[in-house]
Amino acid sequence: MNRFDYVRPDNVSDAIRALATGSSKVLAGGTNLVDLMKYDVERPGRIVDINRLPLKEITPTAEGGLRIGALVSNTDLAWNDDIRRQYPLLASAILAGASPQLRNAATTGGNLLQRTRCYYFYDPSTACNKRDPGTGCSAIGGVNRIHAILGASPDCIAVHPSDMCVALAALNASVDVEGPDGKRSIPFSDFHRLPGSEPQRDNTMSSGELITAVVLPPSDFGANYTYLKIRDRLSYAFALVSVAVGLTLKADAIDEARVALGGVAHKPWRDTAAEELLRGQRPDTQLFLKFADQVLTPAHGQGENNFKIELARRAMVRALHQAFAGTPQDQSVKSVQ
Amino acid sequence: MSLTENIHIGRPTNRVDGRLKVTGQAKYAAEYPAADLLHGAIVGSTIAAGRITALNVEPARQVPGVVEVFTHENRGKAAWLDRSWRDEVAPPGHPFRPLHSDRILFDGQPIALVVADSYEAARDAASLVSAEYEVREHCTELERKRSEAYVPPEKRSGIPPPPDPRGDPEKAFEDAPIKISRDYRVNAEHHNPMEMFGTTCVYEGNDKLTIYDKTQGSQNAQGYVTSVFGLKSKNVRLINHYVGGAFGSALRPQHQLFFAVMASLELKRSVRVSLTRSQMFHIGYRPDNYQTVSLAADREGRLRSIMHDAVASTSHYEDYQEAVVNWSGMMYHCDNVKLSYRLAKLHTPTPCDMRAPGAAIGVTALECALDELSYEVGIDPLEIRRLNFASKDENTDKQFTSKALHACYREGAAAFGWDKRKSVPRSMQDGHDLIGWGVSTGMWDAFLQKAEATAKLSADGKLEVSTAASDIGTGTWTILTQIGADAFGLPLEDVTARIGDSTLPTSPVEGGSWTAASNGSAVQAACEAAKETLFKHAKKMANSPLADSEFEDVAVSGGCIFRIDDPGKRLAISEIMHAADLEEIEEEGKVGPDLLQMMKYISYTHSAVFAEVRVDEELGIVRVTRIVCAAAAGRILNPKTARSQILGGVVMGIGMALHEEAMTDHRLGKIMNHNLAEYHIPAHADIENIEVIFVDEHDEKVSPLGVKGLGEIGIVGTASAVANAIFHATGKRVRDFPITIDKLLAA
Repeated sequence: MNRFDYVRPDNVSDAIRALATGSSKVLAGGTNLVDLMKYDVERPGRIVDINRLPLKEITPTAEGGLRIGALVSNTDLAWNDDIRRQYPLLASAILAGASPQLRNAATTGGNLLQRTRCYYFYDPSTACNKRDPGTGCSAIGGVNRIHAILGASPDCIAVHPSDMCVALAALNASVDVEGPDGKRSIPFSDFHRLPGSEPQRDNTMSSGELITAVVLPPSDFGANYTYLKIRDRLSYAFALVSVAVGLTLKADAIDEARVALGGVAHKPWRDTAAEELLRGQRPDTQLFLKFADQVLTPAHGQGENNFKIELARRAMVRALHQAFAGTPQDQSVKSVQ
Repeated sequence: MSLTENIHIGRPTNRVDGRLKVTGQAKYAAEYPAADLLHGAIVGSTIAAGRITALNVEPARQVPGVVEVFTHENRGKAAWLDRSWRDEVAPPGHPFRPLHSDRILFDGQPIALVVADSYEAARDAASLVSAEYEVREHCTELERKRSEAYVPPEKRSGIPPPPDPRGDPEKAFEDAPIKISRDYRVNAEHHNPMEMFGTTCVYEGNDKLTIYDKTQGSQNAQGYVTSVFGLKSKNVRLINHYVGGAFGSALRPQHQLFFAVMASLELKRSVRVSLTRSQMFHIGYRPDNYQTVSLAADREGRLRSIMHDAVASTSHYEDYQEAVVNWSGMMYHCDNVKLSYRLAKLHTPTPCDMRAPGAAIGVTALECALDELSYEVGIDPLEIRRLNFASKDENTDKQFTSKALHACYREGAAAFGWDKRKSVPRSMQDGHDLIGWGVSTGMWDAFLQKAEATAKLSADGKLEVSTAASDIGTGTWTILTQIGADAFGLPLEDVTARIGDSTLPTSPVEGGSWTAASNGSAVQAACEAAKETLFKHAKKMANSPLADSEFEDVAVSGGCIFRIDDPGKRLAISEIMHAADLEEIEEEGKVGPDLLQMMKYISYTHSAVFAEVRVDEELGIVRVTRIVCAAAAGRILNPKTARSQILGGVVMGIGMALHEEAMTDHRLGKIMNHNLAEYHIPAHADIENIEVIFVDEHDEKVSPLGVKGLGEIGIVGTASAVANAIFHATGKRVRDFPITIDKLLAA
């Protein structure tokens, strides 16, 4: 861990000014940044501690959705009454992640900005294009059982580790950011990016921008949803594969379907064309398999992670059954329903 | 004396150090303060084999607060001869010498120590040290070195090599109607105790040191320091009052001890050095291994042939050895047995003992193979174990001092409900879950080691018992207090145990599950000696009511010594001491193995482990929903701490079955999952119902206390019971541990 300067602004505009120097990093919950600093992966010249900014509220939007301040903790968000009533998928996904201690510290904005858990990214003695652009990707041909099966590039096969973001992708959330050039809103599907030839860029924020809120549009997925997470142990492990599902039903058929995958790509993975396959259909295993096959058509294994393709297929089918039946996975129940 | 009742021994007793620990008052090695303390940070190599051709330490020296950067070019002086670096438990070879030369033999090998006036400055500067290397070809992949495996030419002290073959195992295998031959592997594991390795070396002037070290043996570590640095024994005191877990990783002195002492002597300052969690993956580990077990039986399931071969990893500088295959020659009765154990050198640090070293992996392979054989024979897996019960150790032809294994099978099976098991795999289901039940036998040594203790009785009736034992979380503080309290009929609060200090009476390292038996018996012997001295003084008093008594006739309790058959005849301890003009009575106690008895007898702890798993077959998810571990471990001193030992062992066994593995990138020779987020051990959610049963076992030969020890037996047999249950649930046999989702989906 290197020496660094530390500032703690009281308002957003001061924070944005403080972020103007190139080697500044935002500190919110610190659950990821501090680890990365201990590993010498991040070596910020200045820490901008934003914990005093007034971004801790959850407020209704004019459209009937909710606006979640960037500093709302994962715990507060998961147990918020409005969230649990209107967006149980989001609450469930949050509770599937990390540990209570981490969720108490981790924030909404920080969750979006957490870095990959790729082993090589964390070890500065290895080549990694995400950490040190141009050095190569050690994970290709290496220890990669947790790596991407979708959307990877020859430069990076890392995956985004968040559970919460998988739910936000399914819920069509948007991200409010503010920077030297003013405010803008980024649709969730455009927020994280695929690695391409610039894997050092996890998202589409510009330098110096700060997340101020995540905005949820009104949702009809209060009854038919699930978040199913498959991992190497039953708690405190990142997803090998996770599936967020939200369905609306019309008579006995699916009206709208949203399915997002976690643990499989550099960003939460949606295939909206495949989702259309489900519209108007009466749900059964064959339909779900057809959908899963469509989603996984471009899937490509890296060797050790080949199993994730089949695992993703099965997890999608199980999750769709759970959501359709109105029996979402209870994160405090150990068996998969 | 046995007529007096034990108030504390055998009773579930809270840890005497529990409050100190949960309130943060129990100090660990890296928590001791010292004036003008310096902090060291270790820099590791980034290659697995080669030579350092250049080191750039200048940027590190520029960091404010940095005092010195030690490398192989300027390290302090240390012993030249290999033997000076060999500690009590070192395997044969050339012990690792930090910063000895430019040679690199494993990834993460320390290449520099940065010393600064703050921990933060040391860490910052350490990140700025860089090296250039002449890279040599490395190999960390055991598979590639199997063909070069060799029988270690020099045996490790205390580790019996495999016995010579008996009978004609090949022919018996050939002739038998039912046989299997299977390959197993348990991937390399790392101990990862909660407390990181740390040493605070307090410089007292004139090369006099007080060292707080994370170690399982204060005297072993003290001896290492005096030998390596040529210091006088009286000038080095090493303290390890509390140890935050170790599992064997702290049996040998680890390199932070060398670094703290070296820097302290060179700079004539107090120095603290701690390892980071990642650096904990660059010290010893449970060796990677490939095992082949071949079993043959007659049609009833009686074993006709056992062959067990193991190849295990070691380093390029030492031949680490453990007893992996020997168990297969003594767990069951069989006339035709062939066991072999070889090593292969890898570019890794030397492996080191990890909870039930050898047995944890060897018994796992044997017990899975026996399970496989039971299905071939068509006999219940528990029944095949009972049928092949060994009533003596057939490796050495010695009698067991006790073996209540049948009681373990019986009581374990009853508690588990084994009689309700459906024999056919895949016959129990609940929703998406297939349910399976598996069983395994467990076995571990019951050692008595040489140990010494003192007992000091004060005129006010309070007692202090001392021995240089260590408590690595096992409950040693508590059981020694209980033993002392019962010897003098005292409440626990009137007894003080002193352990964790090299200046105390001689003790072995805390390992091998021998501490309760060895140090406990030494404390008891010291107490008996002190009691006898008290009695002699009592007898000598004018008009003593005990004048006609013999030592066997009396007991001590409530501050008095009295006749057991006539408690009215009594004298107060204070009275006796006053009459003899004594302030205290202090006596020594010593125990050690009875060599004559050892010609005929041998001692082991046994267990039967029953496991229930639920497997969501479609998704490959395994949950261990129930474990019953029934152990025969002689006398149980403290059922509460004893149960905790078994619980911990079982949890670690579940980890071996399902979670733990070092993932190495063999191209780089590097372990990649070097943190507790990615090196998986079971989380709370992975642990469900664990029931511990201690069956009655009376053994007067194993140790004077009748104690066998419990630190390790809990892990032995657990992984195999889980694997066997997974087979019963799914009909799928995974022979490569841990059994992760990918392997189950592929099976």
